Amino acid sequence: MSEKLHISGAEAVIRCLLAEGVDLIYGYPGGAIMPVYDELYKFQDQLNHVLTRHEQGATHAAQGYARTSGKVGVAVATSGPGATNLITGIADAQIDSTPLVCITGQVAAHLLGSDAFQETDIIGISTPVTKWNYQITRAEEIPEIMAKAFYIARSGRPGPVLIDITKDAQFATFDYSYKKCTGVRSYRAVPKLDQAQVQAAAAAINGAKKPLIVWGQGVILGEAEAAFKAFVEKTQIPAAWTILGLSALETDHPLNKGMVGMHGNYAPNLLTQECDVLIAIGMRFDDRVTGRLDAYAKQAKVVHLEIDPAEINKNVHADYPVLANCKESLEALTPLVETKKLDTWMARFDELYAKEYEAVIEKDLKPSKEGLTMGEVMVEINNASKSDAVIVTDVGQHQMVACRYASFVRSKSNVTSGGLGTMGFALPAAIGAKMGAPDRHVVAVIGDGGYQMTIQELGTIFQTGVGVKIVVLNNNFLGMVRQWQQLFFDKRYASTEMTNPDFVTIAKGYHIPAKKVTAREDLAGAVEEMLATEGPYFLEVVVEKEDNVFPMIPTGASLTEIRLN
Amino acid sequence: MSTELTRYTISIYSENNVGLLNRISAIFLKRHINIESLTTSLSEIPDVFRFVIVVMVTEPQVQKLVQQIEKQVDVIKAFYHTDEETIFLETALYKVKTNFLFEERQIQNYIKESHASIVTVAPEFFVIEKTGFRHETDKLREQLTPFGLLQFVRSGRISVSKAPMGISEILNSFKENLT
Repeated sequence: MSEKLHISGAEAVIRCLLAEGVDLIYGYPGGAIMPVYDELYKFQDQLNHVLTRHEQGATHAAQGYARTSGKVGVAVATSGPGATNLITGIADAQIDSTPLVCITGQVAAHLLGSDAFQETDIIGISTPVTKWNYQITRAEEIPEIMAKAFYIARSGRPGPVLIDITKDAQFATFDYSYKKCTGVRSYRAVPKLDQAQVQAAAAAINGAKKPLIVWGQGVILGEAEAAFKAFVEKTQIPAAWTILGLSALETDHPLNKGMVGMHGNYAPNLLTQECDVLIAIGMRFDDRVTGRLDAYAKQAKVVHLEIDPAEINKNVHADYPVLANCKESLEALTPLVETKKLDTWMARFDELYAKEYEAVIEKDLKPSKEGLTMGEVMVEINNASKSDAVIVTDVGQHQMVACRYASFVRSKSNVTSGGLGTMGFALPAAIGAKMGAPDRHVVAVIGDGGYQMTIQELGTIFQTGVGVKIVVLNNNFLGMVRQWQQLFFDKRYASTEMTNPDFVTIAKGYHIPAKKVTAREDLAGAVEEMLATEGPYFLEVVVEKEDNVFPMIPTGASLTEIRLN
Repeated sequence: MSTELTRYTISIYSENNVGLLNRISAIFLKRHINIESLTTSLSEIPDVFRFVIVVMVTEPQVQKLVQQIEKQVDVIKAFYHTDEETIFLETALYKVKTNFLFEERQIQNYIKESHASIVTVAPEFFVIEKTGFRHETDKLREQLTPFGLLQFVRSGRISVSKAPMGISEILNSFKENLT
């Protein structure tokens, strides 16, 4: 389909977005992007622009949108500081494989390199944290480059793309026609499945006596949830998730054995060190998952289903790599694998879960002390939402607790900053998450530290009326850093205690209904009221100041050294 | 796999796009790896660019570097080779005061022995060119230094692999990317 129009570069940008099916973008205007905003004004009935209160918020909102909708998120900013403010979100999207197209304005081409007002080398700055980037200096380039940007962002292992457009290219007019991109000569988005690799992997899995599956976000990004569940159910192999894999399989599935990694569950972490075949699916062996690498799963043969060839043998040697989209590899693998009877092996999971329950989980979820725990807040959110909310988290203790205890019945329900660990992610990401899944409850669970890093996005929530539910778990500390100071720095609490403002008053300043809970008996009612309220809602829960998150694998320790207290 | 530091030649076939050099060098920067030499040129295939990069790393490191390089959208294919697996050369230029050429016979001997050639002779200076291995161009540099070497410059390594790289086949197989 092509249309012949003589239009400006700026209008072409809008028409390209529409041609890619985009109806919602996040951004912040400024000098070098004004021609595009002028066109946005004309196209506002077709393309909704959400004005965030900071460009970082625009990228995080676009990420949240991408994560719940499965579509490409779009963020727009001006040159210079507008562009540099996008970088944190772009880096977050790069490490968490989130499809984004970021569009920045740039000074006119003849001014490039002259240190013009609000000029910055955003191509140079964004190169290490983008999947691809490109500077457009001629209007004629816009359709082809925009098409390529969307193709690259969403295909294969997704990621962020940045397109920088000089102001003169936005003003210039040209004959516009649009053709979707279906391939790039030098880029193989998805490796071709090799049947020999599938057979070798199947043989290894069939020979296993104590197999363990660890799955990651690849299952969600590859839309492989059903294929994954079929594989798990046919083999009857216990499965554990990385933080970004969470929600791909429902929480209460009998073969879902919980989270791996630094604050993951006791059983899957310890049994990673006992399994004979480790089946890694769409995950990348992050150091927070593996602990000390040279002591990680040394006894196991590793099957690695992965779309990105650069992940094979990057951290952990793959004895049986299977390169492909994991939906395709799982669908090829499932017919070849046998159903296992793993009673003794499964009993080990139950036994270790019982230990963790007694030492950690019971105290977190049914505390006998007076102070509220983060865990019991999660229980109330699970109850009130019937485990069907999208949970958006920030970074730190609350994030680990939320991921450990949130329960899910469907995929794309967990939105968090995993790889980059970006404090300030949750509030803007929740805005995008709700717009990407408007019919669902979206609950942002945030610590008091991270909340204040992007608190200005309350303005975006107020202006758009987006129905985000905000739960701030307030311990008046940068809790995770404080925990490390307690455990590894002899309780020298350097700059981790926070004197916080009255959060309820701030929310009310933005006309967002708000409540503060300090007592256990008020918690369930407050969470119910929050979810029952139309539109946005703010709930502050004052939690125990110095609670720690356990289990814990200290940095540099092997999984075997996991601590329960 | 060898964990000894070894000199590897990384050969990259890529599109010729602004910014790709930056994107590739960033892969080394991110891993705190110093590039010994870097040369870019056209390749045997029209529109396909070639990088030759020399680094001292371990084999696991060079494998991961090549994986990360190949992952870049604009890169067609990357390879790594040891010195034994390639034919490689560097070119050096030496600028010396002209009077030495006539007053110091030794210079003429050095030029002959090293199979270097004189590129130009001007009234004030003359320029010697020597193509060969690093130790050969180094040796000539040491020999000429006592005569007040006015300028010395050496190119990055250029190399071809002994084994075929099969880029045309790879490009053909990539055509299916463009359906």
